[in-house]
Amino acid sequence: MPTLVSHPDEVKVISRRFGQGAADIDRYLELDGYKAVQKAIAEGPDWIINVMKASGLRGRGGAGFPTGLKWSFVPKQSEKPKYVLVNGDESEPGTCKDHVIFLHDPHAIVEGTMIAGLAIGAKMGFIYLRGEYRYLLKIVEKAVADAYAKGFLGKNIFGSGIDFDIVTQSGAGAYEVGEESALMESLEGKRGVPRIKPPFPAVVGLYGGPTVINNAETIASVPHILLMGGEEYAKIGSERNGGTRLFGISGHVERPGVYELPMGYNLKKAIYDVAGGIKDGKKLKAVVPGGSSCPVLLPEEIDVGLDFDQMGKAGTMLGSGGIVVLDETVSIVEFALRTISFYQHESCGWCIPCREGTDWIKKTMTRIYNGGGNKKDAANIQYLAENMMGRTFCPLGDAAAMPTLGFIKKFRKEFEEYIEGNKAGTPIITVQQLVGAH
Amino acid sequence: MSTITNSIFTPETAARFDHLVTLYPVKRSALVPMLLYAQDEVGYVSDAVVAEIAQRLDLLELDVRNVLSYYSMLRTKPAGRYNVQVCTNISCMLRGGYEILDHCKHKLGIGHKEVTADGVFSLEEVECIGACCWAPAMQVNYDFHDNLTTVKVDEIIETYRAGKGKDVK
Amino acid sequence: MADVTFTVDGKQITAPAGTLLIDACKSAGIEIPAFCYYPGLSLQAACRMCVVRIEKMPKLATACTTTVAEGMVVATETPEITQARKATLQLLLGNHPLDCPVCDAGGECELQDMTFKYGAADSFYTEPKNHREEQNWSPVVYFDRPRCILCYRCVRMCGEGMDVFALGIQNRGSSAVIAPNIAPSLSPDNLAHLDCEQCGMCIDACPVGALTSGAYRYKTRPWEMNHVTTVCTHCGDGCKTTLGVRSTSDGAEIVRGDNRDKSGINGDFLCNKGRYAFDFANSQERITTPLVRQPNGDLKPVSWEEAFTVAGKKLRELRDTRGGKSIGVIGGNRLTNEEAYLLQKFARTVLGTNNVDHHRTADYVTFTQALAGQKGRTASWNDTKSYPAVLIVGGDPTNQAPGTAWNLRSDVRLNKARLYVANTSEIKLRRQARAFLQVAPFGYGALAGYLAGDASAASNAALDPTALGGFLEAVKGEEKLLILIGSELRGADLKRLIEFGLTIPGAKFALLSDYANSRGAADMGLLPDMLPGYTPVPTPGPFTEHNIPSEPGLDLLEIFDAAAAGNLSALYVVNSNPVARYGVDPAALKDTFVIVQEMFLTETAQLADIILPAANLYEKSGSVTNSYGDLQLVQKAGDRSGVRSDFEMIVRIADKMGADVKALVPFGKGLRADMGQSRGAQSGEADRHAVWLTANNLEPKLSPFDPWAILDEIQRLVPGYDLLRLQLLSGNDQHLEPAAAAATASRRDLVLPSGDGLFTSGTLGRFSPALNDVQRYQAGEPLIQIQTAAD
Ligand SMILES: Cc1cc2nc3c(=O)[nH]c(=O)nc-3n(C[C@H](O)[C@H](O)[C@H](O)COP(=O)(O)O)c2cc1C
Ligand code: SF4
Ligand code: FES
Repeated sequence: MPTLVSHPDEVKVISRRFGQGAADIDRYLELDGYKAVQKAIAEGPDWIINVMKASGLRGRGGAGFPTGLKWSFVPKQSEKPKYVLVNGDESEPGTCKDHVIFLHDPHAIVEGTMIAGLAIGAKMGFIYLRGEYRYLLKIVEKAVADAYAKGFLGKNIFGSGIDFDIVTQSGAGAYEVGEESALMESLEGKRGVPRIKPPFPAVVGLYGGPTVINNAETIASVPHILLMGGEEYAKIGSERNGGTRLFGISGHVERPGVYELPMGYNLKKAIYDVAGGIKDGKKLKAVVPGGSSCPVLLPEEIDVGLDFDQMGKAGTMLGSGGIVVLDETVSIVEFALRTISFYQHESCGWCIPCREGTDWIKKTMTRIYNGGGNKKDAANIQYLAENMMGRTFCPLGDAAAMPTLGFIKKFRKEFEEYIEGNKAGTPIITVQQLVGAH
Repeated sequence: MSTITNSIFTPETAARFDHLVTLYPVKRSALVPMLLYAQDEVGYVSDAVVAEIAQRLDLLELDVRNVLSYYSMLRTKPAGRYNVQVCTNISCMLRGGYEILDHCKHKLGIGHKEVTADGVFSLEEVECIGACCWAPAMQVNYDFHDNLTTVKVDEIIETYRAGKGKDVK
Repeated sequence: MADVTFTVDGKQITAPAGTLLIDACKSAGIEIPAFCYYPGLSLQAACRMCVVRIEKMPKLATACTTTVAEGMVVATETPEITQARKATLQLLLGNHPLDCPVCDAGGECELQDMTFKYGAADSFYTEPKNHREEQNWSPVVYFDRPRCILCYRCVRMCGEGMDVFALGIQNRGSSAVIAPNIAPSLSPDNLAHLDCEQCGMCIDACPVGALTSGAYRYKTRPWEMNHVTTVCTHCGDGCKTTLGVRSTSDGAEIVRGDNRDKSGINGDFLCNKGRYAFDFANSQERITTPLVRQPNGDLKPVSWEEAFTVAGKKLRELRDTRGGKSIGVIGGNRLTNEEAYLLQKFARTVLGTNNVDHHRTADYVTFTQALAGQKGRTASWNDTKSYPAVLIVGGDPTNQAPGTAWNLRSDVRLNKARLYVANTSEIKLRRQARAFLQVAPFGYGALAGYLAGDASAASNAALDPTALGGFLEAVKGEEKLLILIGSELRGADLKRLIEFGLTIPGAKFALLSDYANSRGAADMGLLPDMLPGYTPVPTPGPFTEHNIPSEPGLDLLEIFDAAAAGNLSALYVVNSNPVARYGVDPAALKDTFVIVQEMFLTETAQLADIILPAANLYEKSGSVTNSYGDLQLVQKAGDRSGVRSDFEMIVRIADKMGADVKALVPFGKGLRADMGQSRGAQSGEADRHAVWLTANNLEPKLSPFDPWAILDEIQRLVPGYDLLRLQLLSGNDQHLEPAAAAATASRRDLVLPSGDGLFTSGTLGRFSPALNDVQRYQAGEPLIQIQTAAD
């Protein structure tokens, strides 16, 4: 069972109910549960969207798109039914924040889904969890069933005359299905290949109907925001980055864990204060700040605020909030290889630059790692990654190219030395061939 | 009553599938979870599973195969009764994921995607399973085991070997 | 949609709003490279070759998914774009086997062309390429996985285009692969296979050599063939097909059939028969010397001279002693119009008989009579691509006229056309239909009656008569309706259906028949009671000049009855197998002198006294008319020494009978029409003719063996055949409306549908190894593994 951690700098909004048995519906009700949805019913869709806009909440799935704005894109009138889709596919390496929400506060997701539905005029919501999260799916299923049993879901919710249903869904192992349009494909029983955009999901989404897709954490934040007010929530965070978010700090730190910190919190402090600094007193080598797709930061670059804009300025991304800390012992060649291996394994294969690009980068890095590198390899890897950037069908290609470019640019020397050194025959272990089901 | 005569699934699973298809605006939406649940029961996605699911969802068997081959948790060959899945992705790797994997290989005497001769265990190296902050981690069937050490892994494996762990379902 | 104006590479372009940039550019002469884009199929944006720079867009955009907009400024060839495309090609080539020298697609490969253009030949990978064995998916479809670039054209072609869905995409990432619908685990040989219509459209769509044709692979190089565009001999759709021809020691062998230029009436389409079943022409079973039956019953090979002499003498003698009316003439459905016309003219003017018929596969007499006096009411095949609504009564285009089925599906998919299907069976096209009415067994007549207003017919018309009302309402609500009619409807029923259709102002009609020139055989008057253009025998109108016997002759069944009764002195059969078709008792012909022009020793040929080895439609030139009345050019592709065209043989026999050849083929009057079509790609035919011509003191340029010599007469005399010669010769289709006189008194329709499906084609089909292989394969017999040149 994931251990809960805490730190005085935390601002507990989403994590308020963690560790308090809120998965039980009665306990959830005691902790202000299902109040926000009733307020939402009373105030109506425009109010909800305005509160969400005021809150400055930006999507916690990775791209940081303002949630209120996203909801407002959904057409009021639609021939086809509208849907809410909660993205609980959480598969970006370094990320395990949705995990704790499903575990500790599943009703917040149920309630948030209902509110999103009310805001856009949907009658049905889907909560999609990655296949590996079976035990969490059971928790969410129970939460949904309990909410039905209490009459919170189904016909005429809270006497509003509005019907709302929630269906939970399991994936079956595919990172790419976290991408919103691939997620819709998967939910429609298809291969997880993304769709052509435009049209965007808000206009043509699930089953062709307008659809709001949000990350599980985004959705779990919604009831809290409605209860505390948009402005209040916004105040906690930094400029244009409202509120708090769950940061998963992992790797070589003393106290790894999921911490709720205000947006804009300093990354260096997060590592050294909140997570207790580098494990075993070692020196810091690098930080991957927001899940494996974010370009790596050097120790001298980590004095930066954890929000979408500041991280962007620092040449990386806030991403999914998964901070991975590397100490001085880590071989960047090995780390970069493990990273690209993941993207190579998870590329859906639809488009050429990503399918072939990840494959060739992985092959080249594997060869370097195994001692067969040659002088041109680092340049070739950079050439491949640069030619993937911005040219793929969906952002997975970028997600693979960006960290690769980060490693190869910032640690060029290490790659070159490695290649040289191995000519002299450094013994090397083989990295597992990750071939998945195929 | 199942909508399919001669279902290959247990009556409970068949009934569950009958219900599952009614949940969605489009039947086909049940495909991915159905394949996974079918695998949980049968042990893998056999040709018979493909055929029945295709029939249940009015799909061509080819459609079902196209989809099933996409998802890495779905397999078309049996795994062990306990499928040990060790994460070696970045957070786990930094905290010894590969050592855990190697340890499992030695302990079980099998490699990636192999099954022990007695069919009790199979081993898989997997991508990030969403337990990064509690690394290194692994899953046995659907159960998470985190903050692993080789000692802890031995205990876990022994528990399963003694038949005290949960089966797939 | 309204037009928008935008700029591409500095050039102002105007196109309808909503047009895809890639298409708009193409129309303006700017070619944007693409692998995954295929016009008419769903968009993929997967290959990323079509990337262009659009002002104000942050990233390169794919031209295949971008719709044009007012004021858009686009660049299609900049260093940035060139680099992106080059990099994509480099990525593809990383794993692509560079086996171009032995690849079937070599010289016709889009990847090869792109690599040439973008110079992406440098490879910087040291890892070995992924090798996989080639897979034999069916007798006609082979898959070479490493060559596949995953453009998904084949998958879409099979699913969206063919509505077959036999190909899928499996696995993911760099393991992604195109997979056929029989999984290895379900196959006796543990290899993947295809269960499908074997149309080969996937091969056609494949931009590289990943999918190759079992019939063609490793046989030759594209540049070693001559490519001749002609019309498929098999069904009544009349698809254009391009035959790849190669010289052999005894003629010219056809090695490939495909739809290379897609300029034909069939657009993108070609079916299994059009693509593979040309191989009957190469059969070793062909008859290549004239045979004359000896008194002891044996067939003896003789010289052409001898054969023609015997035939001519005997026919003349029988005509003169027993009268023309004692002679019967039966023509085929795969003759050219010129041959069919000539044959009936020969029968009527030289033999002096109206006992002329053919194996009729649809009742065109009633069809044209019911539409007599109506202009513009017959549909061209082209109409099936674009009509907003289509009613199809009877027939099963998917199996019998696959091109029509393709067009209808495309019309539904691309134009949202409304398709209404009324059929006794659940034919496959019902899947595209807005409404399907299941007609009661033998209920077409009742249905026609019901549609024409006879409410009492309802109970016999449909399995569920309550469905009739809604169906009729929907159909009647259409303003422009294409009514396609299966050959089940004939005579009075057909007439009634057409009368109903005529009440819909925008309705057009077509009647489906079975072979390449079934329609032409009827149009050209291979009928006992109708002269060409459905001119009734008793009132010959334009044909008065031919002095034709004024009594209608015997029809096909009556001819054999006459033979059985001992009243038929001679029977002349040209490219037809009535004995098998109509189950004629061989004994019936024992007192009849039989001359047969044939390719094979068919059931009919076996009874002949003289067998003259004939060329087939791929070995001659002329014109054919498809079911719809669309006239097209047939060009000579293959050649086989020892055979002659039916046209030539008819003329030769007439000559030996002492007939006036100049009157039969008015070659002196017409212009010189042979622009090379009759001689084929390579042949000594011209020389062969020259000998005879010189011997007879004739102007070599005006050969009576030139089928074009009679086209003038067809054009001049046959009502409705006012064709444009230039259109014909330039390979375009043109729609004709043979104008019949009003209906005659009731007559026997004698229609006998061929009963052919996707993998059969009458007697001819039995001699196609490809069709036989596919039939056996589809029936579940294991594949015979062929050793390939590249192994
Ligand atoms: C390759 C890829 C994987 C993604 N995986 C996830 C994921 O696992 N969970 C998630 O919430 N969003 C994921 N996203 C982002 C989603 O596409 C989408 O932006 C997000 O769910 C929107 O929710 P938000 O606005 O609440 O962030 C992924 C995106 C890409 C390109
Ligand atoms: S970038 Fe292309 S291949 Fe990669 S995951 Fe996205 S669509 Fe699939
Ligand atoms: S043609 Fe546009 S991406 Fe392939």
